[in-house]
Amino acid sequence: MGLENVIAEALPEVLTTRLDSLINWARKSSLWPATFGLACCAIEMMNATTSRNDLARFGAEVFRASPRQADVMIVSGRVSRKMAPVLRRIYDQMPEPKWVISMGACATSGGVFDNYAIVQGVDKIVPVDVYIPGCPPRPEMLIHAVMMLQDKVSKESVRDRRDIPEEEAREAVVPGTLPVTDGSTARQNTLPESRPYTIASRHERRRSS
Amino acid sequence: MQPLVTALQNEHPEWFSEVIEAFGETTFVVPRDQLVDACSFLKTSPEAHFDFLADICGADRGVEEEPRFEVNYHLFSTTKYHRIRLKVLLNEEDAHVPSVTGVWRTANWHERETFDLFGVIFDGHPDLRRILLPDDWQGHALRKDFPLRGYEPYSLK
Amino acid sequence: MSSATLPPQFEVVDRPLDTQMTISMGPQHPSTHGVLRLELVLDGEMVVKATPDIGYLHTGMEKLFEYKKYQQGIVITDRMDYLNPLGNNLAYVMAGEKLLGLEIPERAQTIRVLMCELQRIASHLVWLGTHALDIGAMTVFFYCFREREKILNMIEAASGGRLTPSYFRIGGLMMDLPAGFENRCKQFLNDFLRAVDEFHKLLSGNKIFQRRTQGIGLISAESAIDWGLSGPCLRGSGVNLDIRRANPYSGYENYDFEVPTEPDGDVWARYMVRMREMKESHKIAVQALGRLKPGPVKADAPKVVLPDREAMKSHMDALIHHFLIVAEGFDVPAGEVYLPIESSKGELGVYMKSDGGPKPSRVHFRGPSFVNLSALPVMSEGEMVADIVAIIGSLDIVLGEIDR
Repeated sequence: MGLENVIAEALPEVLTTRLDSLINWARKSSLWPATFGLACCAIEMMNATTSRNDLARFGAEVFRASPRQADVMIVSGRVSRKMAPVLRRIYDQMPEPKWVISMGACATSGGVFDNYAIVQGVDKIVPVDVYIPGCPPRPEMLIHAVMMLQDKVSKESVRDRRDIPEEEAREAVVPGTLPVTDGSTARQNTLPESRPYTIASRHERRRSS
Repeated sequence: MQPLVTALQNEHPEWFSEVIEAFGETTFVVPRDQLVDACSFLKTSPEAHFDFLADICGADRGVEEEPRFEVNYHLFSTTKYHRIRLKVLLNEEDAHVPSVTGVWRTANWHERETFDLFGVIFDGHPDLRRILLPDDWQGHALRKDFPLRGYEPYSLK
Repeated sequence: MSSATLPPQFEVVDRPLDTQMTISMGPQHPSTHGVLRLELVLDGEMVVKATPDIGYLHTGMEKLFEYKKYQQGIVITDRMDYLNPLGNNLAYVMAGEKLLGLEIPERAQTIRVLMCELQRIASHLVWLGTHALDIGAMTVFFYCFREREKILNMIEAASGGRLTPSYFRIGGLMMDLPAGFENRCKQFLNDFLRAVDEFHKLLSGNKIFQRRTQGIGLISAESAIDWGLSGPCLRGSGVNLDIRRANPYSGYENYDFEVPTEPDGDVWARYMVRMREMKESHKIAVQALGRLKPGPVKADAPKVVLPDREAMKSHMDALIHHFLIVAEGFDVPAGEVYLPIESSKGELGVYMKSDGGPKPSRVHFRGPSFVNLSALPVMSEGEMVADIVAIIGSLDIVLGEIDR
């Protein structure tokens, strides 16, 4: 938001409590998730949106398919090695402010699958705000996690989240990073050059410590 | 099932001589070079009529075993409801099998999966490349000498 | 727009658009039912070629099985086809029983049939909800999940897990059904047919739904058999094949049900087959519930099946058996079996190979969705992009089973 940038840069000593509480109330009451259902936890996420456990009453009304319109990414399911760059790319495509809920044991720490194919914890790739245990977690646990995230959002300050400068955002993702499927890299029997992913935003460095 | 087995053995002893009968299932160990002929015969012959290829499954018998790999073809007949298994044994240095995509088109993806996970090369396959693992993966994951946790910890770099 | 007003680096070229566009649909896409990536070669809106690219959920389960004892592997099978976990459990467990040569008591078999049919209904409800949601009917999604909650409640009462029950064991069941289960089940089965009629009222007479599904995604019977399709996808093309009739297991030969078949081979035919299958599953479940008689639910094999808790606490040999089974596992005779069952998606086959130890040497699951998806290029040539969504919905794929 332009207002935050202006306030943060021009008047660093100004306290923004009333503005904070207004903006945080608006943000936490309309956390729109991005659909990132991968495996079994996705079915429990779908169950959390249906009539018995209704996630929409907490503000998570629509699951936006496009990450550019979403606030929170609920990583539900096991992240395989082939999927990990895609996950990072979707995370980078979400605009600030964004949060990540890691749902289920597989997203949190690899779960039952301690082997070559699964990334042992999605926090190796994206910074996570709320972890949910369970395999799969009950829909009530997901609702509880959304409420915990709402508590976390209400404690933030407007000055913590600013839009990142445009050059840094552009550098974050190298275009063309989805895997090439014509088999050309496999036939050459060489590894492609490693794709650099920079840490995109300032608050991320703060969060991962 | 037994009359079918004896009929096949009498008609084509060069393909169907080795039989294993266990747990109520019949397995023929077919020599590698005659695999495609045996499969086309089994598909078209009226008593056998195995028109449905249920599964192609590779297996690694062990690092020191000789032959090391085996490829199992599970066949099913939609008219007579009987099942049979064909087994091809392969050495490690010469892990080539002729492809049966000309006989059953469903073999396409099954053979790609066996190549991906074991490294068995199917000669004559129209499009042999990795299907489950990432395209730039080194090694074949389901071999017994591939460690469970893989070789390197994951990092995006 | 004359070229005089354009900047100098542009030039007006008078050439019709004759190029085809390759776009990637997925892996993060609301309508692909999981992490599936399709490479679509498009000519305008028409699909010239659709190639699935899978592997985004590859979990290495088959390698994990080789490192876990037979009993521990049951837990992994739940996560494979996560809409039909009891079916996966059943296939794995029956393969182990075939290798061991165990005789399963009748009550266990009846309960297995009942739970599998309830699970089939639940799987078809998710299919219907998500398929209709993709085509645009959002109400059906909520109604289906409302019915599904009742089934999940029952499965949770029996086994403790809604989506990952692991209810079956090699040699029988984990434990007997809880008290009050039969009443709940009867109540659900009484109300269920009315719910199916409600879905028909919402969808089957709807002109929009009919126009979006009839004549789309055609595949002929010979082509379907050649491509290895099974389950409702094959029965929607006119082939009357059901593993419960062809190679019966767990007592299915004693139940009275029909195998629904439709001749057309399009999305509408597969939809009608699954709707009728829900009613047939209901019929089987009613029969199974009526046949429940008191009896043991575990086979009489003390070296393989865990003893009851009371017996374990009071008898020394039961304690020793319990300890050995849990700590070391039981040895399974060497050999290999291939066991097919009719899961809600098609023929789910388990190839289990043992070399005489407590851990299997190779376990391979022939996932029906893996093979059904390989026929997608055949079904989708010449269709429009919006029809691809309908075709994927009608194939009823579950990526956990495809990628394993």
